Amino acid sequence: MKIVACIKRVPTTEAQVKVSADQKGLDTAGLSWMTSFYDELAVEEAIRSKEKHGGDVTVLTLGPSEASKDVREFLARGADAGVILKDDQWHARDARATAKILCARIQKAGAELVFLGKLATDRDNGAVGPMIATMLGWACVTDVVALELNGTQGSAKRETEQGIETVAFALPAVITCQKGLNEPRRANLKGIMAVKAKAIPEESFEDVPNQQQVQKVEPPPARKAGRIVGEGAAAVQALVDALRNEAGVI
Amino acid sequence: MSNILVFVEQFSGKVSRASLECVGAARAAGGNVCAVLAGAGADGAAADLGRFGAAKAIVLGGGEASSDALAADVAAIAKEEGAKAFLCAATSAGRDLAPRVAALLDSTLFSDCTALSAQGDAFTAVRPWLAGKAIATLTSSAPVFCATTRPNVFAASESSGTCAVVARAASAGGKAKVTGIEAKSGGKLDVKEAPVVVSGGRGMKGPEHFALIEELAAAFGNAATGASRAVVDAGWRPHSEQVGQTGKTVAPQLYVAVGISGAIQHLAGMRTSKVIVAINKDAEAPIFKVADYGIVGDAFEVVPALAKAVRELKAKG
Repeated sequence: MKIVACIKRVPTTEAQVKVSADQKGLDTAGLSWMTSFYDELAVEEAIRSKEKHGGDVTVLTLGPSEASKDVREFLARGADAGVILKDDQWHARDARATAKILCARIQKAGAELVFLGKLATDRDNGAVGPMIATMLGWACVTDVVALELNGTQGSAKRETEQGIETVAFALPAVITCQKGLNEPRRANLKGIMAVKAKAIPEESFEDVPNQQQVQKVEPPPARKAGRIVGEGAAAVQALVDALRNEAGVI
Repeated sequence: MSNILVFVEQFSGKVSRASLECVGAARAAGGNVCAVLAGAGADGAAADLGRFGAAKAIVLGGGEASSDALAADVAAIAKEEGAKAFLCAATSAGRDLAPRVAALLDSTLFSDCTALSAQGDAFTAVRPWLAGKAIATLTSSAPVFCATTRPNVFAASESSGTCAVVARAASAGGKAKVTGIEAKSGGKLDVKEAPVVVSGGRGMKGPEHFALIEELAAAFGNAATGASRAVVDAGWRPHSEQVGQTGKTVAPQLYVAVGISGAIQHLAGMRTSKVIVAINKDAEAPIFKVADYGIVGDAFEVVPALAKAVRELKAKG
């Protein structure tokens, strides 16, 4: 079975981001980057699926040459191949354009099973996975916390506000991964050494223009300065009074 | 006035609050709202939508609990109704459905919007990036403007109008179908939708002490319990409670952070809460920088006292 795991390079969750001078994006100078947290779960589940059911895993990313570092890490963990669709504007692409570009490469790979994170922690759209499935006419289960495959049939549990849903589907399918699905493994030394010098192929792709236009990007509004109402249990009454009389929330 | 199609979630005939807010957002953007509903009880829920400002409601009957089949119906209705925009609430169902509908309409999607406006058919969305570390104002050249609205942000609209209810057969042939749901025990509120969230962090010292967090949440009555990434990673709390950049972004009326220092990724997930209370032993903790009210002190003393005071206040009414 051909399995593809899509990853996105995003600013680290610890990063304090700055808005660019033209207010149309983020100032990427000096930012530290990582693979989006949920995409790590996607690669792990792809490798586990291969280990259980056979096949091979390709890690696919739309991104800059620097993403080779991220791809190489996943090769060290057990993925078989990596592809970078080279794009220095990857972070500025809208969900539809990203999905369309990935779609074309997924079709070329002949994949039957595609994993992505439930969202990328930079734009937080959570749209690319289900969009890819819809464009390909495939099944899709989002926010998956447990997955079982049996031949061409699958069963996934997904997290909702009402509880855990069980969803039955047939391959080909797109699965988006939620925290709780697995604990990503670390690469061992042997794996790291094996891929150390490996070049990750960079490919070009047919461009898809954005529909989204950025009018303005701003830092979040500063919160009004608050106050310490006191110390210890003695301060509780003052807090409750403030919540009722000033803030009006209880 | 442009036609806006809104997918409205309902449970046993009752429209979800997040969906009423979404209808409110569509009305506030000047839209003529057509709602789509599905599932058992949808008829009753649809009839009630007039007083929230929907002009028309289409009820899909006989559906098969498949997001892709539902998306196909919703996209077909959007075309038939000449909708200039498609909206739904950014709940797990809405976030699952909206990208599929958008893809079928060859349109991009703006998820989890915190403001929407329109001039004629030209819509503008405001949405957080990086869980709120930056706020983007976006427009689109998509054939249909597709967006989801963040719960607890928009106001539901009130109207004296009536809603014309139209029945329509749902299509079959879904590629993925829900076969069961394991409901949450005790009707616990979800951290994303609750008006009050009480969260605990490493300062709680161990999973057994989260009974205090639950007691305080119970005192408020309308509260959900949340947790920091550190305690979820330590296995003290389920990941469904995690608030922050790799958990849930919440915007309740009141957020109470107990024993949470306030890492950047946590602040990103809760900083748009209306009122923030921090209880922490360390007066220098970053959480106090975003808190409206803080108590410096031991959670094990402060939290039970606060729970008691809130219970007494609620009992008085």
